[in-house]
Amino acid sequence: MIIDLERFVAQEQPYWDELQSMLNRMEQEAGAPLGLEDIKRFDYLYQRTASDLARISTFSAEPTTRRFLENLVARAYAEIHETRHTRDRLNAKQWILATFPQTFRRHIRAFHLTVIVTLIGCAFGALVVATDAPAKGVILPFDHLHGNPSDRVAEEESVTEDRMKGHRSQFSAELMANNIRVSITAMALGMTWGVGTLILLFYNGIILGAVSLDYIASGEIVFLLGWLLPHGSIEIPAILLAGQAGLVLAHALIGFGSEHTLRERMRVVTPDLVTLIAGVSLMLIWAGVIEAFFSQYHEPYLPYSLKIAFGTTELIMLYVYLARFGRGDDRASEASREMVTAGTPTQ
Amino acid sequence: MITDLRRRLTIETPEGVAFTIYLAGPFTRFLAWLVDCLILQVASWFVYGIVAAMTPIVGNMGVAVLILFFFASSFAYRIGMEWRFRGQTFGKRLLNLRVVDSSGLRLRFSQIVIRNLLRIVDAMPLFYVLGGVSMLFSKRHQRLGDLAANCVVTYLPDNETPDFKQVLPGKYNSFRDYPHLEGRLRQQVSPQEADLLVQALLRRDSLDAAERVQLYQELGRHFREKTTFPDEATVGITDEQYLRNVVDSVFRGKR
Repeated sequence: MIIDLERFVAQEQPYWDELQSMLNRMEQEAGAPLGLEDIKRFDYLYQRTASDLARISTFSAEPTTRRFLENLVARAYAEIHETRHTRDRLNAKQWILATFPQTFRRHIRAFHLTVIVTLIGCAFGALVVATDAPAKGVILPFDHLHGNPSDRVAEEESVTEDRMKGHRSQFSAELMANNIRVSITAMALGMTWGVGTLILLFYNGIILGAVSLDYIASGEIVFLLGWLLPHGSIEIPAILLAGQAGLVLAHALIGFGSEHTLRERMRVVTPDLVTLIAGVSLMLIWAGVIEAFFSQYHEPYLPYSLKIAFGTTELIMLYVYLARFGRGDDRASEASREMVTAGTPTQ
Repeated sequence: MITDLRRRLTIETPEGVAFTIYLAGPFTRFLAWLVDCLILQVASWFVYGIVAAMTPIVGNMGVAVLILFFFASSFAYRIGMEWRFRGQTFGKRLLNLRVVDSSGLRLRFSQIVIRNLLRIVDAMPLFYVLGGVSMLFSKRHQRLGDLAANCVVTYLPDNETPDFKQVLPGKYNSFRDYPHLEGRLRQQVSPQEADLLVQALLRRDSLDAAERVQLYQELGRHFREKTTFPDEATVGITDEQYLRNVVDSVFRGKR
């Protein structure tokens, strides 16, 4: 049986047009609340159009009308069946004071793993420099790190003019862009089941370990701390957090021990990944400013004690922030995540 | 039968109604990406021009702005556009593509961010090789960013209802004098055959004249075998008119 399509379209078209205009309005004014009567009418129009689609699919193969109705039903379905909680506007204060540190703590095991891998990298880098000093030229990517640390310290401390003058902003912007790109890469490499993320963290560890041992062995530990701590106390944890995001992504991808499907797992971790990488980006913007405007100045311009104190204070504050902030709301936040999984429809 | 080679995703609603969304292929997506790259390039020249003109005033700060602009725009343009225009950038808009949630639900901000940040991996080792390979092997044409964000890129159909005035006879349908034969015809024509017939008539003007005559001749022969109308109803009418009469009889139904 084939339905009388012309009459069918003429009869139903007003309802389709009404649904379409409601959808256009809802899509253009996202977040604008609908009144009870509007919601009832929207539901009625959706049900009616879905039923028209069922009729046309059963009794007629006319493709243009079917595609039109499919498109309409798909749009209405997305509006009606979206049960996940939507935040209309980002609450920046809540995000900084609670969401970001809570998200960090929720995936603390992934963070511990990034620390372990980086420390193994550090040990490896230190071992390489200790046993084969010329290898420094191969594993360290920056030319100014290839020479003797004591020579560099003497050179830095003998500078009488402000070398950074005139290009501090540019240097700062380069650092921010580069570090944020590396962080996004560390997270994105989670798609390689975490292998790429671990390699990147390991390599960062090698550089850190090699440089540290090189300066310590030369007796330049104060210079090393004064140089690295002000920006490194934020930059290094930021890279570790980006690695944490990568491992969270990898864990969701592998799904070891999980009873949820890949799509459900990804749906749950996606907001956490965005939170982590947004937090990392903010940390790296701060680190970029400090590195360009503060870290590159040494004695006699700036006393090392001041730089070390500043860096240590930053590190302590970061620890307190990540470990303590939003602690009371951890359970509520976990419950809201479970609702996301429970609200995921299946196909 | 018309064979549709496009990949599709069928979603069944809790009301028991299934709808299909058509998935965009790698080539169309590449073209949309190319359009977006061109737009970004033009925007970059524009910003570069402004910053260059302002360099005497802002000095080195201008270079910093440029560095941050080039870096941020590569992500921010796509994230901002897809969020503001419900899964569409200018390039996707031009090619009728849209990013949607793979379960048919509303696209969320976090999904848009992740699918765009993961371009870094998709672009590895160069020119989106990894993303392209992933799309070719994925059932839903998903690159890695789409997989992580639970998204698919769909092809949007023209949102228009059919114009039956193009298909229906336009003048007197001689078959109407034989309602019992029209009834038999309706019974014998399958929905697929009716679909084929409507498509052949809707595409009339895009067909080459000689091929159109041949096509309508073959279709006419096919439908004449379904039900034989008396000579009074068919004499002197062309194959095309015969097919229009069939469409009218099939889709008009009983009134």
